[in-house]
Formats: sequence, structure tokens, C-alpha cells
Amino acid sequence: MDITLQAFMAQLTIGLIGGCFYAMLSMGLAIIFGLLNIINFTHGAQFMMAAFLAWIGLTQIGPWLGYPDFQINFWVALVIAPLIVGVFGMAIERTLLRRLYHLDHLYGLLLTFGVALVMEGGFRYVFGVSGQGYEPPEILQGPVDLGFMLLPKYRIFVVVASLLICFGTWYLFERTKLGAYLRAGTENPRLLQSFGINVPVMITLTYGFGVALAGIAGVLAAPIMQVTPLMGGNLLNIVFAVVVIGGLGSILGSMMTGLALGLIEGLTKVIYPEASTVVVFVIMALALLVRPAGLFGREV
Amino acid sequence: MSTTFKIFLVLCAALLVVPFVPGLIYPVFVMKVLCYGLFACAFNLLLGFTGLVSFAHAAFLGSAGYVTGALMIRFGGHPLGMPAAFLAGVAAAALVGFAIGGLAIRRKGIYFAMITLALSQIVYFLAVQFRWTGGEDGLQGIPRGSLFGLDLSTDTTMYYVTLGLFAVGFLFVDRIVHSPFGQILQAVRDNEARATSLGYDTDRFKLIAFVLSAGVAGYAGALKALVFQLVSLNDVSLHTSTEVVLMTLLGGVGTIFGPLVGAALVVGLQNYLATIGDLVTVVIGLIFIVCVSFFRRGFVGEFLHLRRRRSERAVRRKALRPAPETSPAAEPA
Amino acid sequence: MRRHWLGYTLRVSLCALAATSALAAEAGKISDGVVKVGILNDLSGIYSDFTGKGSAAAAQIAIDEMGGKVLGAPVELVAADHQNKPDIAANLAREWFDQGKVDMIADFPTSSTALAVMEIAKQKSRVTMLSAGVAMAAINEKCSPLNAQWMVNTYALAAGTAKALLATGRKSWYFVTADYTFGHSLEKDASAVVEAEGGKVLGVSRHPFPGGDFSSFMLKAQSSGAQVIALANAGSDTINAIKQAAEYGIGRSDKQVIAPLLTYITDVKSLGLAKAQDMYLTEAFYWDYDERSRAFSEKYFAKMKRMPSASQAAVYSATLNYLKAIEKAGTDEAGAVMSTLRGMTIDDAVIRNGHLRADGALVHDMLLLQVKKPSESKRDWDFYNVRSVLKGEDVFPKPSDACPLNAKG
Repeated sequence: MDITLQAFMAQLTIGLIGGCFYAMLSMGLAIIFGLLNIINFTHGAQFMMAAFLAWIGLTQIGPWLGYPDFQINFWVALVIAPLIVGVFGMAIERTLLRRLYHLDHLYGLLLTFGVALVMEGGFRYVFGVSGQGYEPPEILQGPVDLGFMLLPKYRIFVVVASLLICFGTWYLFERTKLGAYLRAGTENPRLLQSFGINVPVMITLTYGFGVALAGIAGVLAAPIMQVTPLMGGNLLNIVFAVVVIGGLGSILGSMMTGLALGLIEGLTKVIYPEASTVVVFVIMALALLVRPAGLFGREV
Repeated sequence: MSTTFKIFLVLCAALLVVPFVPGLIYPVFVMKVLCYGLFACAFNLLLGFTGLVSFAHAAFLGSAGYVTGALMIRFGGHPLGMPAAFLAGVAAAALVGFAIGGLAIRRKGIYFAMITLALSQIVYFLAVQFRWTGGEDGLQGIPRGSLFGLDLSTDTTMYYVTLGLFAVGFLFVDRIVHSPFGQILQAVRDNEARATSLGYDTDRFKLIAFVLSAGVAGYAGALKALVFQLVSLNDVSLHTSTEVVLMTLLGGVGTIFGPLVGAALVVGLQNYLATIGDLVTVVIGLIFIVCVSFFRRGFVGEFLHLRRRRSERAVRRKALRPAPETSPAAEPA
Repeated sequence: MRRHWLGYTLRVSLCALAATSALAAEAGKISDGVVKVGILNDLSGIYSDFTGKGSAAAAQIAIDEMGGKVLGAPVELVAADHQNKPDIAANLAREWFDQGKVDMIADFPTSSTALAVMEIAKQKSRVTMLSAGVAMAAINEKCSPLNAQWMVNTYALAAGTAKALLATGRKSWYFVTADYTFGHSLEKDASAVVEAEGGKVLGVSRHPFPGGDFSSFMLKAQSSGAQVIALANAGSDTINAIKQAAEYGIGRSDKQVIAPLLTYITDVKSLGLAKAQDMYLTEAFYWDYDERSRAFSEKYFAKMKRMPSASQAAVYSATLNYLKAIEKAGTDEAGAVMSTLRGMTIDDAVIRNGHLRADGALVHDMLLLQVKKPSESKRDWDFYNVRSVLKGEDVFPKPSDACPLNAKG
């Protein structure tokens, strides 16, 4: 097999981009799981919802409102869409998820699964399935010559932005007082409550934050992938495997695993492209044999 | 004779008449319900009686279907072809169950579920890749062959054979649940630490339960392959795995008849929604939400619960006749 | 309580029995006194845009054009969602055949559902018309005398585009293939044509299905230096591949072009002309081809507020010709209708110069299209320039020995 160093570097770079999305999504899952003990099956649908919101803002909202020229650009959407998705998530947490905390975690999982079905089905009903195009902002259009490859500016932006977000989230959770509360909430919510912290509100906000992370990833993905109701569901299966490999308990772990798996997937695409999706699951099986708790996980 | 058995006999007797009144209930529809009912029973054996959540059950249903189907296409003409292919399918499902279960029981709770989900993706991938599974075309036109000289190609004969095989499978599950082994499984479900302290190797019991459940799911899958004469990727997809969760939940987790009721409801709903189209996913999703939020006992569970409460109230009324009843009793967990 | 319930059931079932026998007595030239057309497709899933509700609307147009009647019997339409699951499709088809008096079922956007229902229709001697089903198996090893593949198959799509591009001197090819039967079959048929006509296949990338990020594959294809990057995939995979290629500036020069082997007009709509411009593709139908196709399409547009895809148009044509064949044959008996259809020359708003072969392949003219630049497009859905008309004999596969019906001649 002849692969030039150039091609190798190019594929590695592309793998890194994929890894950024895995990292952002699995971090959100890990944060939610940490405090709520729920695997958020709605994550993919919320990712999709944000991408759709961005698209609606750019192309639809003007005509809807009767001002065809009015549009919400990418930068505004990058802030607003995750916020809306986050608030929507918090509403679900308040009205539906909250009722299930005293039960087996299975019920929370099934509930989020049902919500995901409704969301995907609803978007499919309204917008069809072929999907919608979304243009990156003008300043990020066109490629940059990296020497070994031409890389679209937008993709460079995605890597930088998502690494910043991941690092910021990690810092928030591991290095600030708020993060300390959150971690304490994971360990012993009742004790935390007795210190005068409003734990239920904290839970709601955490869920909203985790979901908003998925929202940011969704808006970032809109110009790369076609915006379709199924874009999140397809991704989520892989992210679940990422989370199992990394161990659900660790924010840093899920981030590192996400990035690493993106790179591995990128390499697989060069060597044996047929297996590039399944390689994640094979690694998961191997990781379980070696370290059942996940590479960065704690046994629960 | 237990109540379960009596109800079961009545049910079977009612089902015996179905082919005579095709205008009332369509026999092929009943066969589909029976296959999925058994599939849901297999799932319930794990979820309801062992407390394990699996998202890999489609992998068992499908792999048995593929093996049975592929063998029937090659050896269907042989007089022993059908029973051999059927058993081979069940064995294949149990084997896949052993592989997936062996890995998954290394973790507990939600992790267990996630691992089964991820591993079932590998099975799906293999089904797409292998040549003998027909890729996305699936296996079509699988011959039904003959059972002990009985030609199965007509729907009516197949109906009675399906009913018979269903009865065997159902009673097998019922037997497991009520055996000493089943009691241990329920002990593991209720309190694993206590079961361990009593000297039971809980991992071993969980694995056996997993393999048994996979085997029964495979039994349903092999039967389904023969009834519909086709196997497709849908049978190994995550979608089917979640459908069986819905069936079990809707009917009643941990009840003997719940999965059957749930299967009948979901299959009927699919048929009904097919002509409405468009919003199938939304409706199924809403049912999930309603079921999980307000209706966790399922139909059968709710029925049993009401009956139990009524009889308890009657007992109490008898005991406390002079005193007026104040409030209904808190339900036992 | 229970006895009462049983009594009720018994009475209902007796009524049902009586009703069935009354209808059976009314047998004439048209069985059950009604011709029923079933549309079985995807109303809610990933194929619903180019089939879905639009297919049923197209069938209704055909029925209306026939005056809603054939041989004096009313024509009815039923439609259902097979949710892309063969067992649901099979179950619905059985029920439609056994109890719903359905005589013909059309559409089937997935090959597994098509093959499943074909098998049942053969057993129950009813007709299937695959207007959206493109699997080769349907006219090869799984062929049925009661089936017609009423639009295209993977070979015709692949061969059409391949021949046309080879004729422009583009001899070196690279395939990006969806790693499942459908993709393999497209790739195999196209490479056979490429090699037969003196071209060369430089390489193949097989991607998992469904794939998300195609940039790796497209970059590999680009660095191979091939003149044509052929996409042997469909739907969102094709769309994503083209979109991401555009991001990297791949396929934007005359030296290297991208050729999707299966594209529907809904895909081009979704991509937008800016990304899709200049691509070559083969379709069996384009609404803006001539007066007749426009007349039908405007009728369709009035109902659905969008132009028909090739599949939806094919449903119209299939229904129309099926009803005409009944009229000509004087009966709705499946075998007679099919042999009448085989004797007819098919020529309508959708299908041109068509004839139905013994193995069920409908051989007819295809269109080589090139996607317009945004500046050339005058209105919504004005997407293609018709570059040439490909003769059916040149693009459809030769009858295969795998189908026993071909042996008889």
C-alpha cells in the first residue's frame, strides 16, 4: 500500500475534525451522566435541532416574518441556537425527566429515546429528509494551503473552536468553584443540598449545559454535513461507543477518547475504509476486555 | 393447574379458530404477533426477571433468521431440513448471545446496556458485509420446507405449526421463570449483592440468563424467517431492538403475558399506522414517552395491580368492617 | 361477560363471511368488480422525498386520466408506508392481496421490500411494478413473469453516465462506493462499461453506509488523478460527498469531474445548484424535457407544489399503462395483463420508446443531463440541461441467463 506522507497527514487532519465532534458530543453526554445518571438518547436529536435552527435562521425566518432579507447569520446562530436547544432541554428535564429520578435509570434512557423519536419524526414531517444546505460565513469560505494539503478555512475554525470549547468546559468543571459543586453533586447530592445549594436547579442547569454543548456541535456541523433530521442519530451510535471506551465518569477522558477515536477512524479510512465505522466498536470491545471500567473511568 | 396455564390454554384455543374466520382476524397477522410475542418474552426474561437491559436483541433475532434462512435455501428440500435449520438458527443466536453477553456482563446497569448496543452494531455491520446474508437485499423466498412429512407451504398449515412452536417456546420461558433457577435470577435482579453473599456466582447466572434469552429470541427469529420467508437487515437493526423494549414496556415488564399483549399492540399499531404514514415515528415516540412517564406497569401490569389492590381492599374491609375506610393502601413495590 | 363477548364475535364473523361470498358471486371480467392499485413505499423515512405521498398523487393523476373506470369497473387507490421494512411490506401486501382486492402494487424504494413483495405477488398471481426499485436481482435471478421494473435499474444508470462521459474522452475513473449490494452493483456495472470502452479504473474507495464525512474518500479520489470521480452511492451519501468535495475544491475543473451514478432531482434540489453545477447524471425522466412531460408535471405541481421525481413520474406511467393493458386485454387477470403489456409500445408523458421485456425490464430512452449553473436557472426546479437522449438498447443490460424467463425466448 503506497501512502505518501502528505496523504497520511491529510487524512490525520480530517480525522482530527471528526474527533472534535465526537469530543464535544461525548463531553455533553458525560456531563449529563455525571449528575443525572442518565444516558441522554436525545443528544443526537438536539444536535440536529441546533443545526436546523441555524438553517432556519439563515434561510427561512426572513420569509416567514415577511422580511425576505432578514437573516440570522452564522455567528449569531452559534450563540442563539445552542441557547434555545439548552432551554428546550431544560424544559424536558423539568417536565418529564424529573419524574423519573427515583426509578431505575433505564426509564430515563427510554424517555429520552422517545423524545428523540418525536423530534426526529417531527422535523422529518416538516422539512423532509433530503436535507438542506448551509453555507459557512463568507470570511471562512475557501481553502488554506497547509503545505501538505488544502484545508478549508471553515474546518480549521471548527477544530480551533471545538478545542477551545472542550478546554473551557473542562476548566469550568475541574477548576472552578461551580465545578466543585457540580462534582460534589455527583458524589452526594443530599449532603450538597444540606449545605444550602439548590440541587434540583443545579441539575436542570447541568442538563441544559450538556445539551447546549450538543447544540454548539450541531451549529458547527451544519456547514459541513447536510442538515437533515437524521444527521444526529447516525452520529450518536458512535459517540455512545466513544463514551463506553472513555468511561462515563470523566470529562477529560471523554474528550481525549473522542479526539483519539477521530484520528483512528481517519487512519482506518486510508487503510481499510470499509471498516471505518465499525473500528470504533471493535476498539470498544477490546477496551472492555482490558479495562472494563473504561480507559479513564471509575467503577460505579 | 396454575392460572397462567389456564389463561394460556384459553388463548391457544381461541387462536386455533382463527384460520376459520379470516375475515375477522387475518391469520398471517396473528403469526407475526406470535413471533414478536415470543421475541418480547425472550427480552422480558432478561429485563423483567433478571433486571438486565439489552439493546442487542435484534442481533439474536436476526442472526437466527439469517442462519435458518440461508440453510433452508440450500437444504430446504431435505425431509429433515426444516428442523435442522431451525435448531441451527437457535444455536447461532445462543452463540452470538454468549459472545455479547460474555463481554457485557463485565459492566453493570447503564454500561451493560450501552455495551450491548455497541456490540449489536458489529453484528449489523457483519450482516451488511457477508455475502450469504444477501447484504441489504436480505434473504428472500426462503422455502418453508416440511416438518415430519407435513408440507408447510400453505399458510394454514404454517399457522398451526407456528402456534405449536409458539406454545412450546412460551411454556419454556414460563418454566424458566418459575424454576429454582428463575428464582435465583429474580434474587439477582432484586439485590445482586445479597445474592452474591448467599454464595451464588451472579455473573454466571446472568450469563446463562443472557444466553437463554438470546436463544429464545433466536427461536422467534428462526420461526419468523420461515413464516415470512424472508430475513432482512431490519431484523438486526437497532430499531428492532428498541421495538422489543417498547413491546415489553407497553405490555408490562416482569409479567408473563405482558410481552404478548405488547407485541400485539405494537404490531397492530404498525399495521394501522402504515396507511396513515408520515407520522409513524412521532406516534411511536409519544407512546414511549407516555408509557415511561405515566404507565410504567404496562397493560397487564396495571391490570394485575388493580386486581391486587381490589382484593386487598376487600380483605381489609372484611377485617375492619366497623371502621370507615380512609385512604387506599399504599401500593407494595 | 365472556360468553356475551364470544357471541358478539361469532355474529360479526358470520356477517363478514356472508359479505365475502356475496361479493365473490359478482365475478365478471374484473375480479371482485373493482380494480385496485396499491402504492407501497416510504412515507416517513429516508426515501420519502422522491417517492412518498407524491407517488400516490401521481397514481391518482393516471387514474383520473382514465376517467376513474376501466371496463366499467371503478379504479381505486390505496397507499401505505412500508417503513422500509420488508416484513411490514410483505405483511401489507399479503393482506392487500388476500383481503383488500388489490390487483397491482407499485413503487418500492428499497430492494429488500421490492423482492419480498414480488415473491408474494408471484404466489398470489398479482402484478408488481417497481417504479422506484432499481435492484438488478429483480430482472435477473429473482425475475417474475408478473413483475415489471418500470423505470431503471442500476445497470442502466451506471452505463448511461459511463458511456456518455467516456464519449467526451474521460477515460480514467475512480469510484467512491457505498459498501453494500446496491453500491457494489453500481460500481461493477459502471467499471465493466468503462473497461469495455477502453477506459481505466484507477482505484476504489468503499465507504461504510451511511457515511458521514466523505472528505477522506474524496481527497483520495482527487489524488489518484482520475478524470472522473464516480459516486456509486445514493441519497444523503451522494449529497454529502458532493458537498464536501465542493468545500475542498474537488471536481471544480474540467480535468476532473464528479459523476453521481444515482441522483434524483430532489437530491439536486437539496444540494443547490451552486454545489451541484456542471455535474453529469442520467435520469429516466426530467419534467422540463418537452411539451408532454411539462403538461404532466404541471398537473402534478398543482397537487403537490413540487415537480415530480423520476420515481413519482414512473408511478404515473406504470398505473396508466397497467390500466390501459387491462382495457386492451379485457380482463384484470395478472398473466393476461402482463402479456398484453409486453405486446404494447409504451409511449407517454414519462416513458418514451419503451417496451417491456420477458424478464420484466422496461427498456426505454434515458436522458443524459447536466446540472445548470445558478445563472442559467430561470425558476425553481429548472435544474438540468438535457445533453442527449440515450437509446434504451444502448443503456439497458442484455437479458441475463440468470433469469429463467429469458431462456424461453
